[in-house]
Amino acid sequence: MRYLPKSPADREAMLKALGKRSISEFFTPIPAKYRLERDLKIPRQMAESEIVDWFRERSRENGDGYAIFLGAGAYYHYRPVIIDSLILRGEFLTAYTPYQAEVSQGTLQSIFEFQTMICELTGMEVANASMYDGSTATAEAVMMAVRLTGRPSVLVARNVHPEYQEVLSTYAHHQGLPISTLSFTEAGRLDPEDLERSITGETACVLIQSPNFFGTIEDVAAIAEIAHKHGALLVVAIAEAISLGMVKPPQQADIIALEAQSFGVPLGFGGPYCGVIATREQFVRQMPGRLVGQTTDRNGKRGFVLTLATREQHIRREKATSNICTNQALIALMANIFMTVYGKVGLRDLAKQNLAKTAYAMDQFGKHAGLLFTGAPRFNEFVVKTSEDPGAINSRILGHKIVGGLPLKKFYPELGNASLWCCTEMTTRTAIDTAAAMVAESEGSSGARDVDVEELTR
Amino acid sequence: MKHMTRKATRHVSQNEGLIFEKSSPGKAAWKLPPLDVPEIDASKLLGSAERKDLGNMPEVSEIEIIRHFTRLSTWNYAIDLGMYPLGSCTMKYNPRVNEVVARLEGLANGHPYQPERASQGALRILKTLSECLLEITGMDAITLQPAAGAHGELTGLLMVRAYQESKGTPRKKILIPDSAHGTNPATAAMVGYAVENLKSNSQGMVDIAALSGQMNQDVAALMLTNPNTLGIFEQEIEQIAAILHAKGGLLYMDGANMNALVGKVRPGDFGVDLMHLNLHKTFSTPHGGGGPGSGPVAVKNILGPFLPKPVLITKPDGTLGFEYDRPQSVGRVRAFYGNFGMFVRALAYILANGPDGLRQTTEDAVLNANYIRKGLEGAYDLPYSTPTMHEVVFSDRRQAKKRVKTMDIAKRLIDYGFHPYTTAFPLIVPGALMIEATESESKEELDLFIESMRSIAEEVEEDPQTVLTAPHSTRISRLDETTAARKPVLRWKPAAE
Amino acid sequence: MSYPTDFKYTKEHEWIKGDGKVATIGITHYAQDSLGDIVFVELPKTGTQITKGKTFGSVESVKAVSDLYAPASGVVTDVNAELANSPEKVNKDPHGSWMIKINLQDPNELNSLLSAADYEKFINEETAH
Repeated sequence: MRYLPKSPADREAMLKALGKRSISEFFTPIPAKYRLERDLKIPRQMAESEIVDWFRERSRENGDGYAIFLGAGAYYHYRPVIIDSLILRGEFLTAYTPYQAEVSQGTLQSIFEFQTMICELTGMEVANASMYDGSTATAEAVMMAVRLTGRPSVLVARNVHPEYQEVLSTYAHHQGLPISTLSFTEAGRLDPEDLERSITGETACVLIQSPNFFGTIEDVAAIAEIAHKHGALLVVAIAEAISLGMVKPPQQADIIALEAQSFGVPLGFGGPYCGVIATREQFVRQMPGRLVGQTTDRNGKRGFVLTLATREQHIRREKATSNICTNQALIALMANIFMTVYGKVGLRDLAKQNLAKTAYAMDQFGKHAGLLFTGAPRFNEFVVKTSEDPGAINSRILGHKIVGGLPLKKFYPELGNASLWCCTEMTTRTAIDTAAAMVAESEGSSGARDVDVEELTR
Repeated sequence: MKHMTRKATRHVSQNEGLIFEKSSPGKAAWKLPPLDVPEIDASKLLGSAERKDLGNMPEVSEIEIIRHFTRLSTWNYAIDLGMYPLGSCTMKYNPRVNEVVARLEGLANGHPYQPERASQGALRILKTLSECLLEITGMDAITLQPAAGAHGELTGLLMVRAYQESKGTPRKKILIPDSAHGTNPATAAMVGYAVENLKSNSQGMVDIAALSGQMNQDVAALMLTNPNTLGIFEQEIEQIAAILHAKGGLLYMDGANMNALVGKVRPGDFGVDLMHLNLHKTFSTPHGGGGPGSGPVAVKNILGPFLPKPVLITKPDGTLGFEYDRPQSVGRVRAFYGNFGMFVRALAYILANGPDGLRQTTEDAVLNANYIRKGLEGAYDLPYSTPTMHEVVFSDRRQAKKRVKTMDIAKRLIDYGFHPYTTAFPLIVPGALMIEATESESKEELDLFIESMRSIAEEVEEDPQTVLTAPHSTRISRLDETTAARKPVLRWKPAAE
Repeated sequence: MSYPTDFKYTKEHEWIKGDGKVATIGITHYAQDSLGDIVFVELPKTGTQITKGKTFGSVESVKAVSDLYAPASGVVTDVNAELANSPEKVNKDPHGSWMIKINLQDPNELNSLLSAADYEKFINEETAH
């Protein structure tokens, strides 16, 4: 086996040194009846070239080379090549969690820079070293708000990513935490009147997303005012991190749960991504996840360490803020490099291209089909309403090697034939024109078509 | 210093400040293509939501970024540099072909919501990996959704709870041995269970009498790491399972130490009802400085209905897809389907090994641990003499007489060119030195490690001060963690003008 | 380090000084010494009811957390706010750095606690193990 660095003679010598005749003697603590005396029924050992071929085949079966109009929590942005050349360095790739600070300064300093940039972008005072993804960061942010307020219930806007809502309800279920949802207005924003009606002295926090699942930017200041008036905290989820280049950060929030996938992390069929929690300094001891802090060594030299570890499971065990241990360090490094590449000016210009492509696409689609939730500003996603089932339209668009928008019926049945479209800097005008023409064709024709409806909704 | 190492020598590494300290206006590492659609007026589109300034974000050039991160990287220890003997962390070689296949265009750029018919390649990877993991564990059904080991534990205990509820009551407690990882009790608490400690016996295994005494109708499950954190296989596993099952409890196995078992014994065969795996340990996906991980949970049929949704299925037409209509499911534990990129890597590892390679891997891992045990017995105190599987735990009892603690020895090991072992864990061994070599170490590397550890033991006797003040060869010496925690500085700020 | 004789002590290493209905609570020299550098003290808010034998807060060092157990029951009337920013004071002067003051529910509860001499005997046995 090519990964194993021993010759038969080495094994022989080691066994001899240990006074054993065969390796099987080490497995005698396992009751004999359970010992596996056969080969595992898995594929045979493959050569490297065979492995590459096998995965190439899978890659080809996986929509390789399509233009994508899907967003909805996973965004297709350009990844500068230096991200991979740097993270593939063995010193980053094959290092463990930096508990031993003296031989982990590379990882530690880069996390410290990551925390700093997340603070700069979100307007928060502290940020952690990462969470699994945006959905779990959101659930953990809500749990954190519950601990901070000591209150038992949670209000969640219905226009928060539906899968984030599902994860939250899984996490909250056994904490005895009632969750109520808040409706949205015709502009696609959280309905402030519903919030006023629903919030009570028992509400730990209000959870919103901005830009929300429909791409609309929420009026965070107004929502924060209502939440704070009732002593509740405001938790804001951000799924599209590039929006921070152009859209004011939700500074009035108490806790921000960010999905940093847009910062240089491949779509990768849904993961690994990079969640982050950012908050105010006063709340840091209730924040889950690892934190890196700056300090000095015995000679007064600047260095970095994992700090405030007493919040974590390996010390506080059942009283920890969360059970999280392994996080997404290497993915956070991707995001870190991405943020460094684009920086203060580039991130804004990049966001602006997203905004421009989206504005153009909305113009094109709007000529032929209905656009929903147009009464508020939005970033790079928009909702199209068609007469025909969007799954059927997508099916035809797919023939042009274009993946159309996400049909919303499954999550929001009341929206009917609505679908969520996303444009990034990667979306070409040609793709937009082609997709818009297909939508126009559908709207122009009368009656339903007899087509094989692609099962897009899940 | 008398005791010098054959493995390491000093080398020059570059100084490097924070990236913010290199920033100056006008430098850039990016270039966007010309816009192919009309320019927009952002303030018109966004109104008061428009952001005008990005604060202290850096402005640097590409070469500076390359040098910055390359310099930082040289300050890290890594598996690629040498043995990383962290017990229970399974720091094995991370094969490079894994990284190549995970970056294939169709896999790296697959959108989680793209149509199933355009996702068959990704789904086939999920299916093949699932089948391999089920065969390796001897279980019946699996979810790949959890993003790490602790997340797998959470998922597993949610399923325990749902199962027990379906039998009438969720029950109240989870039994956890005193040798367990901290994630176990933390997870039980998250799922609303009380934690009850289970004492180990003098051999470092579950005390069967104690288990019988503590097992009752209030206990939902036992969370057992096997081999446990002492590297000891729970020899009375049959009885452990029987005691739990007799009173309706479930046996949950923390698969953190699965590297000792693959191809040699299957948890599903010895009575485990559900377990999580750590793809970043046993199945070679890189630790990356602390993640990403991946923590699939494999279960017996009785727990199948409670798996998180969606569940991967084969449709009548033979294509693969997801099933969302799962009324008894515990729900979702993560958006989308899990850390897919890690599935690709883990499967590439399994394919590179095959059944013979995986078995040899396990055998070599166990051989290495026993070789280290033999090499260090006599120099360090071995609190449990029960046979060792994939890792071995010593204590600093002898060295403590010279006021040298496990952490000091670990720090001195850095000077000898190794990463420290796991210190002060498991909690049942005061001053623990927990060592796991994995299969990736050659005899030569193991001999160097043993020689280094023995040399440090001598230093403790002759010159404890050198050990107490180690490391001496690193860029920085031991850091002031107290000030870091008392007055946390968690981000850079520009110097006040 | 001597243990003041006008204090009472618990086996969990808290001290309490009663003065009529009011009592002052902190942790002992032995406690701070075994914890090492204290980095954070978590205390209840004024008005909180605490119960003898139950936890009312915690002290943290870099790598350990210890719960604080109430030596007696009562309502918290005052909290030493200084410790929030200067937890090191507990290390420097454990018997002078009080943590909370309470209104005793039953001043007689103090009678069952250890005297300075008994406590010193107790910790000597502890360290002998």
